[in-house]
Amino acid sequence: MDILISLLKVLIFPGFLFLSVYGFIAEFLDRKMYARMQNRVGPPWYQPIADFFKMIGKRTLIPADASPWIFRIMPFISLAAVSAAFLYVPVFGNKAVFSFDGDLIIVLYFLTMPPLASFLAGWYSRDVYATIGATRIMTQMFVYEVPLFISLLAPTLLVGSWSISDVTRYYSAHPLYALINIPVMITALIAFQCKLERAPFDSPEAETEVVSGALVEYSGRLLAFFRMSLDCELVLVISLFSAIFLPFTTGIVWVDFLLYLAKTLFTLLLLTLMKVSMARLKIVDVVTFCWKYLTSVALVQVVFNLLIRGVLKQ
Amino acid sequence: MSSPGRQRKMAEINNNQIEFPIGPQHPSLDEPGCFDITLEGEKVVNAVVGVGYNHRGLEKTCESRTYVQDLYIIERVCGICSHAHSSAFCMGIEELSGVQIPPRAEYIRVIIAELERLHSHLLWLGVACHEVGFDTMFMFTWRNREKVLDILATMGGNRVNYGVNTIGGVRRDLDPASIDMLQKTLDTLEKEIKYYANLAKTETTLISRLAGVGKLSKEDVLKYGAVGPVARASGVRDDIRVIEPYGAYKEIPVHMITDDHADVFGRTVVRILEMQESINIIRFCIQNIPDGPIAVKVPRRIPAGEVIIRVEAPRGEDIHYIRSNGTDIPDRVRVRAPTEANWHGMTHMLTGEYLADVPITIAAIDPCYSCTDRAIRVSSGRDVEVMDWRTLRRYGIDFYRKKGIDLSTLAVGR
Amino acid sequence: MNAKRAGKITMEALQNLFRRPATTSYRGIGAPQVEPKYRGLMQYDKTDCIDCHLCMRDCPTGAITIINEGTKTEKKMKAVLNLGRCVFCYQCIDTCPKKCLSPSQDIEFAKTKKDDLIIEL
Repeated sequence: MDILISLLKVLIFPGFLFLSVYGFIAEFLDRKMYARMQNRVGPPWYQPIADFFKMIGKRTLIPADASPWIFRIMPFISLAAVSAAFLYVPVFGNKAVFSFDGDLIIVLYFLTMPPLASFLAGWYSRDVYATIGATRIMTQMFVYEVPLFISLLAPTLLVGSWSISDVTRYYSAHPLYALINIPVMITALIAFQCKLERAPFDSPEAETEVVSGALVEYSGRLLAFFRMSLDCELVLVISLFSAIFLPFTTGIVWVDFLLYLAKTLFTLLLLTLMKVSMARLKIVDVVTFCWKYLTSVALVQVVFNLLIRGVLKQ
Repeated sequence: MSSPGRQRKMAEINNNQIEFPIGPQHPSLDEPGCFDITLEGEKVVNAVVGVGYNHRGLEKTCESRTYVQDLYIIERVCGICSHAHSSAFCMGIEELSGVQIPPRAEYIRVIIAELERLHSHLLWLGVACHEVGFDTMFMFTWRNREKVLDILATMGGNRVNYGVNTIGGVRRDLDPASIDMLQKTLDTLEKEIKYYANLAKTETTLISRLAGVGKLSKEDVLKYGAVGPVARASGVRDDIRVIEPYGAYKEIPVHMITDDHADVFGRTVVRILEMQESINIIRFCIQNIPDGPIAVKVPRRIPAGEVIIRVEAPRGEDIHYIRSNGTDIPDRVRVRAPTEANWHGMTHMLTGEYLADVPITIAAIDPCYSCTDRAIRVSSGRDVEVMDWRTLRRYGIDFYRKKGIDLSTLAVGR
Repeated sequence: MNAKRAGKITMEALQNLFRRPATTSYRGIGAPQVEPKYRGLMQYDKTDCIDCHLCMRDCPTGAITIINEGTKTEKKMKAVLNLGRCVFCYQCIDTCPKKCLSPSQDIEFAKTKKDDLIIEL
């Protein structure tokens, strides 16, 4: 019976099915808000689902020089990593499907899989646009991983545990302490925008320079699943962000679920605002920006949090 | 310049250099053009520019049609600077026949030309922002461009290729309703253009993409013969409306806009300020336009002679050469579009840049590939074969017959 | 050029969320209203046509053809237009001495087969 309930939670709700449906909804809302902010109409609500089913029906072409096994397997590795990571993020208040001390590190580790999968897919496509896109993904990953890790670990210094559910529980109990983390909230938001490869950090998939970056040779079913994994990565990122930085949960399950939706949609609005208002940065500028501003702010916040922890213990 | 139809090789990585093709099909190019770039890491080591994919044989077409028909062919050399081309053509024929068109027609031509400059620069601003990834500005500038296109549709009859010119004047007059609409739109556009000017000067991400990119110093402009906003952004005073005024520009005060930055940012500033200057010129014209007829009759047969006309298209100096032989069919029409002069500095601008700067450098000269493509004969000192029309046709048929395609059944001529 | 800050356009973007979009859906409202003097499909009135063929001479692309299906005394005029070649420059309207061709704002005449592009005015 336990196994059945666990399977239900892993596969249906709040597992894979919920993640993918919410991924499609998040992609639609992102595109609709982006369009409305630019004074356009935007796509209808069924656009991501229609895109998914259309791409599944198309023929998959694999280039002659590409490595066929790696080419075929990468979308599914990316999707599997994101789905596994989502099980550790709390959806109803403080309770995730599974949680243990240290699951924040596991989630961050799983979050490195989608860019890595894109890199391998691009590198083994043996195409000049894909090669440049793949190297840009890796360059960006080296520069944003450090501030991202530091920004997500800084709030946990006050909590004393590396479990996401514990962090949420702590900050719901003391909501005012969440205000201390505001600088590192901003750096985490910017570092997440880097990870998702959205403007102003979308140079790995710059349409006017490298056509589509690492995924340029993908088509058909494989592209459909790659895009689905990117949507699910978006949902994972906004859920993680709202679990760690945005407090307020009550004890009631369905109210917590509505709060979760509200918090994640608010995060999505912030990410879309960032995407709307800036031009694309060159990869060299991304490197200087991340090291100069993001890492330094995050390090300062870590020192500050350590001092605060000392004060609070007394 | 490389020819179309070369074989493309994928991802050859030898001694650290990659051959990176931009074109003929690429999302950053509006029209086909081939830029073969050699990359070392992210830096461009060498660039080979190839145009010629848009050749339509317009100059040959003009030689078998009358002047009245050629007016519409020449108008369609380019979609965005169409009025400049057709004005130059009409001015050439009017000068050959020795007629003087009424002053009201001159003013209407200037109003349409400045409106065309407005919508061309707004289009360029949107495309440049799209090339650097700033899609929001792209959508905003094109939304404002729609207002200009609405006025042009009311005044001319079409959003692009507005056939306002006719040989001897203009075809349509200004009525009070369209003047009213024009003034209201100009007021809105003035506010929006001020907003864009402010944004271009202070938005950090945009400036980091535009500044220091695509440098072309004053000496290089004079060496490579660049014209238009590209030259004016490097401090060269080159604007036909000021240095050799034609038509109603002899009576209208025009300020030449120059800038010292000599890079893509300078070209952006020049174009935005030119938009503001165009609004002022249109307002002056509306207030001072004289009354009278809008066209005079010009005989069908144009006396023999040759004429060169220069006008200031939105992209720079546009030269037309017409040679007539006394009949109603021209002997030779040659169009030197401004983009043709701007391509020569491209390899110099691209070498030493980052890959991310290549699309915006190409877009910053405001290339109009359709304008550019003419047949140029380049003699290399070895045996050069000159083919006439019939020999060229036979050569083409034999070439394709060897591949199994028979084209000899297609008719020659109209 | 002193760069102040990034994201200046954010305020305008947020305000746009609450405004009506500048584009409209073609499916919803049908064909857009064009301006009064927009160059649409020409209209032909055969009562005054004298079969002079001046419009055919001045057409840049050779799109319009005037055919007399009757005799010289009893004319039955027909104008055939090749929509694939017409550029809607209206030179035929300006040239016609009897003003048989007149402008209109009809802009919806797309066809699915290439042979259907040759229509009778």
